[in-house]
Amino acid sequence: MIQTLDFFTPVVDDPYLFGQISAANALSDVYAMGGVPKLALNIVCFPNCLDVEILGEILRGGADKVKEAGAVLAGGHSVQDDEPKYGLSVTGFVHPDKVYKNSGCRPGDVLILTKQIGSGVVNTAVKAQMASQEAAQESARVMASLNRKAGEAAAAYTVHACTDVTGFGLLGHCAEMAKAGNVTLDISVGDVAYLKEAKDYARMGLVPAGAYRNREFVQPDLDDGNIEEVYLDLLCDPQTSGGLLFSVPEAEAAGLLSDLRGRKIETEVSVIGRVLEKQEKLIRLR
Amino acid sequence: MITINAVGDVCPIPVIKTRKAIGELNGSGRIEVLVDNETAVRNVTKMAESSGAVVSSQKLEEGKYRVNITIEAGAEAGSGRITEETECECKTETVVQKHAIVVVSSDKMGEGDDELGHILMKSFLFAVTQLDELPEKMIFYNGGAKLTVEDSPALEDLKSLAEQGVEIMTCGTCLDFYGIKEKLAVGTVTNMYSIVEAVQQAEKVIRP
Repeated sequence: MIQTLDFFTPVVDDPYLFGQISAANALSDVYAMGGVPKLALNIVCFPNCLDVEILGEILRGGADKVKEAGAVLAGGHSVQDDEPKYGLSVTGFVHPDKVYKNSGCRPGDVLILTKQIGSGVVNTAVKAQMASQEAAQESARVMASLNRKAGEAAAAYTVHACTDVTGFGLLGHCAEMAKAGNVTLDISVGDVAYLKEAKDYARMGLVPAGAYRNREFVQPDLDDGNIEEVYLDLLCDPQTSGGLLFSVPEAEAAGLLSDLRGRKIETEVSVIGRVLEKQEKLIRLR
Repeated sequence: MITINAVGDVCPIPVIKTRKAIGELNGSGRIEVLVDNETAVRNVTKMAESSGAVVSSQKLEEGKYRVNITIEAGAEAGSGRITEETECECKTETVVQKHAIVVVSSDKMGEGDDELGHILMKSFLFAVTQLDELPEKMIFYNGGAKLTVEDSPALEDLKSLAEQGVEIMTCGTCLDFYGIKEKLAVGTVTNMYSIVEAVQQAEKVIRP
């Protein structure tokens, strides 16, 4: 049995969408461990002064995602709070021998990422009212997208390691994976899928503080290959409800990739690099 | 030189302010931005460099940094698209300036006799037109919404303020409630979100 809990403050203005995003994010922890969500409980903080219909919309968004995940929403708990917060505690099942860990990367593995990155930057641009409507919509759609199909597709393959990409940014999660597996991850920055216009916004300085913190955290373990600054910002950008990062044997990578694409996943799947024998640094960019 | 004080502003507000200032330079000049955290230093630097500026920064003291931005005449922006957006951005006026705003919640000023209250309010709004430093925004809600419509005794004064760049905003819910939305004669219709944002960002809120 897997038990997880995650909740956060609104990242978008639309309450229904926020409910979907937060629920997708909470459910993602179960998929990242190779599990199937079975039961979910709402966690709600909501101010008395706001229209209760807004809360209704948040809960509707969450309930729709739980339903999409095939799980049952069995209630929850709410408290009065100045700032709205929403999330889920999720119970999932997984066969004990099939739990994905972040420690199993093996040299030669191929790294596959199932969502575009850059949601922190795009959300900052939205906050600054500098984001285009298309970019904002794409980011919201990607955040709200459930990692269910990606988790299901991977079940038929050998997954040496898996993690979901969230607050530590892609590189933060890569560093953890590399450290746990005692390997070096070789990332090809040009192959990573980025959200629409995320590069433009990062160049304009719409970079959340968390991205700089993440970068400081990974810097000692990073051979950055002198890549352009904007890529470092995006690779360290904290993600809300990010995708799954799989480390799979090279022989199975093509199969998993076509399987992922065959399931019509709404997000962009990319092969972002491979696993090397442990080198001086945990991550090498090029 | 333009000095922007963005101390106390959280991301992305320093970037927004810088962007607006760059737009106001009309091609060349210097801007100094004061901020209180390193994230802001880095983001403001990026913003300025993407507009073709030469940028340097110093740590003045703990929690205080200065970013110096110089734009030479004819400097090329990092990307033409960004320049376009800058122009578009200035029009939408999302930029925050911590100036005074005036909040008017009634068509009368003070408690007591209503007739006197009407006279005082008209006189207050006239006095605002005579200020050396005009408020950035004036927000009208509840009974205040009756002041920005046709037949308002203060209409001429408010129109003159609007012409001088004061943003006049009236609560849409209130106009609907009183059934006078069609009669709005000066400024724009606003919503609670914008009202709260304006009050929160204002350096000083004046209430008659």
